[in-house]
Amino acid sequence: MHEFAITQSVVDAACERAAGRRVRSVRVRVGALTAVVPEAMRFCFDLVSEGTSLEGARLDIDQRPGIGLCRTCGRTVSLDDHVLLCHCGSADLAVVSGRELEIVSMEVG
Amino acid sequence: MCVTCGCGRPDGPAHHHPHGPLTETITLEQRILAKNDHLAGHNRAWLAERRITALNLMSSPGSGKTTLLERTLRHFRGRRPVAVVEGDQETTLDADRIRRTGSPVIQVNTGAGCHLDAGMLHDALSTLDPPAGAVLFVENVGNLVCPAMFDLGEAAKVVIISVTEGTDKPLKYPHMFAAADLVLINKIDLLPYVDFDTDRCAEYARAVNPTVRTLPVSATGGAGMDGWYDWIAPA
Repeated sequence: MHEFAITQSVVDAACERAAGRRVRSVRVRVGALTAVVPEAMRFCFDLVSEGTSLEGARLDIDQRPGIGLCRTCGRTVSLDDHVLLCHCGSADLAVVSGRELEIVSMEVG
Repeated sequence: MCVTCGCGRPDGPAHHHPHGPLTETITLEQRILAKNDHLAGHNRAWLAERRITALNLMSSPGSGKTTLLERTLRHFRGRRPVAVVEGDQETTLDADRIRRTGSPVIQVNTGAGCHLDAGMLHDALSTLDPPAGAVLFVENVGNLVCPAMFDLGEAAKVVIISVTEGTDKPLKYPHMFAAADLVLINKIDLLPYVDFDTDRCAEYARAVNPTVRTLPVSATGGAGMDGWYDWIAPA
């Protein structure tokens, strides 16, 4: 359950930045190719934020699709998993979306 | 009712809102694991200063990591300094086994935690203080999911799979195999008794990690272990 540690990192970073102000919501960006399950993150968020300035805050999760760019034929390929394979047969793909794991912003006040 | 703030005053000409803007949006735009990655960077620099090669060993429970380590440590005795960080949720059983090989070792118990993180390795390093030029083996918590996400500051990630686990494991746990620099296929001495296809397993590992190297080994019998020792410390 690495979502617990991941979510703890979100809450820690937001608390530090909020400097005691009440946090209403936090927005994170989670790519489809990371091993992070958004539902698990939501579950952990309520637990981890209890007793902090994020208690009761809303967690907004922007999910990003997996997208690869084929270095052989130049096509953009939708990626559902870690098997990076283009329709042209090439396995030489650059992942351009799907590996995000970021805190975007938060609302305080 | 005022539609701007819902304060109960009649709508109409602007009036003063003593409660001001309700909220402020703060942009963070930072990696969620920024703190871990920062600490991992510190560990990496600390290790580089001392010419210590740190290897992060990851696998499911029961793949033979500790047995592999015992044999590896005995091989390097007198050849190269070694040190070990043992990660487990509970007990010092593995550290006790490693200590019997005569190697310096520290046990990190993660309790409910399912992986080591850079902060834990940092604390372990300051206590263990491995000698300059050492190979540092970090045995992560037995788990094929969570440890893949946390950079410790290691030089390389080594994933161990055993032939009793199933040929398709690289496809079932792609994150772990995608992160690996080397995959050891352990317990090959049991191949006659199990339904495991070594070549296909290596193919599956390359499907999620095209450049990864795979080495079949037997930590109990010794087969293939020279390839592993050469990989650690090329002659």
